[in-house]
Amino acid sequence: MLDVNNTTRVEMDWSGPERLQMNMGPQHPSAHGVFRAIVTLEGETVVAVDAVIGYLHRCHEKLSETLTYAQYPSIASKTDYVAAMTSEFAYVLAAEEIGKFEVPKRAQYLRVIVAELQRIASHLLWLGTWCMDMGGALGGGATIFLYCIRERELVLDLFESLVGARLLYGFFQVGGTRYDIPDGWAQACRETIALIDSRIDEYEQMLEDNAFFLARTQGVGTVSRELAQDVGIAGPLLRGSGVDFDIRKNVPYSSYGDFDFTVPVETAGDCYARYKVRMAEFRQAIAIVRQALDKLPAGPISSRPALKSVAQIRIPKGEAYGRVEGPRGEVGSYIISDGSAKPYRMKWRGASFSNLSILPLIIPGHKVADVVAIMGSVDPVFGEVDR
Amino acid sequence: MTAADASARIKERFGIDAVAEGGLGVTLASPRWPEFARFVRDELGCRYFNWLSAVDWKEQGFEVLCRVENLDTPLVVTMRTRLGAGETHCPTLTGLYQGADWMERECFDMFGIRFDGHPDLRRILLEDTWEGHPLLKSYAVDTPHPPYR
Repeated sequence: MLDVNNTTRVEMDWSGPERLQMNMGPQHPSAHGVFRAIVTLEGETVVAVDAVIGYLHRCHEKLSETLTYAQYPSIASKTDYVAAMTSEFAYVLAAEEIGKFEVPKRAQYLRVIVAELQRIASHLLWLGTWCMDMGGALGGGATIFLYCIRERELVLDLFESLVGARLLYGFFQVGGTRYDIPDGWAQACRETIALIDSRIDEYEQMLEDNAFFLARTQGVGTVSRELAQDVGIAGPLLRGSGVDFDIRKNVPYSSYGDFDFTVPVETAGDCYARYKVRMAEFRQAIAIVRQALDKLPAGPISSRPALKSVAQIRIPKGEAYGRVEGPRGEVGSYIISDGSAKPYRMKWRGASFSNLSILPLIIPGHKVADVVAIMGSVDPVFGEVDR
Repeated sequence: MTAADASARIKERFGIDAVAEGGLGVTLASPRWPEFARFVRDELGCRYFNWLSAVDWKEQGFEVLCRVENLDTPLVVTMRTRLGAGETHCPTLTGLYQGADWMERECFDMFGIRFDGHPDLRRILLEDTWEGHPLLKSYAVDTPHPPYR
């Protein structure tokens, strides 16, 4: 294997007084959306980053004050459109907590199944796009991208046969789920996850045997355990920095306590550690889906009668925070109810917003090319950053 | 540290009864906001900054909320402060938690709350020329959009 760390590196020295300001974005392919990073350079080294966000801002928090508890869950999909199930999940959990809605066991299991399938789909998109960002160094960077998209399509096919939509679902509703699985779906789901399970090894081999991949990710974008908590990053970033915290395990919701799974933790805090955590999460997600399909109880999927009008669900005065472990970390919805059919105030805690805010703190000192690797390892979805 | 221990220490130090709400809820006056946050971070071990936001209670003024956690125990503290009618200033937490930087900027953007001592308090989601603060209850949801630059 080529040892890239022991070859002589030729670098252009920066010796002048000038600094260069360079725009990355808003239409930069590695931004995975619309994000503008104004980077200040000394030669090829980044010394400062100003992150400009908000290009996708739709003010979901204001919007939610105008929509009823029956209407908003399907709109919540549009915050994190790569993991739409997650956002719906957080919103209905908060509303159910204030309204003291029971959720039938079957609905809880269905929620877990779709949430974990969503994690697989989301991580596939992350892996593919991130590897494409690092491009040629991986020996034709589009290969992994196309492989991942191929597998992700299979998961989206499952969602399509479940709810009729591939990206934005409206699967969750206060009190349960809106859809039950059709005949044959469970079998199709088992086959899909078995196929994905068999291919993850292949991706790992392609990447971990690649000296360039290791050189570009190991020791790059290191986040210490302290900084991770200070900024409030979540999910694979937090666990990649050595903090053993996963809401599914630490504060179980929706019957996650019924399933046997582990929470992968890495201590290095670099891009490679975040990669390792996500790769392990693929397998854990697959294990959870299998268990949930095996144990799926019979029964109703919603605890309340169907609505005759969208304003019919009313929840008492109160406040609650619904939090779920999404693919990018903690997704939370804080609802303040005034007893009407709409929230008085709803706050989104978007995992990507918190995760992205660490970029200006960790990028300085790295080369321009590393910016792309670090940004990809954070896996931001701008619909959720800007909300 | 259990929630009961934390609650006792808050009572002893600040004379405030914490409310059990799936964590601890503490409401305090805004001048004590940073002091309390420092206590929660250093003595209760809540080093994880989760989020900060605000609520517009119309004529009763703003309420600022902040949720921090001790991930090891786990202990959750939701701090709240009422700014009072017409008051738009609140002390910043950026010196204690780096995560407060963007969250306070978002709060300023959406509510117009000025976080005194914030190193870089400018709009974050909306453009700098935007007029008004959308999450105010007085801001109509269909307020005409200024021409886009």
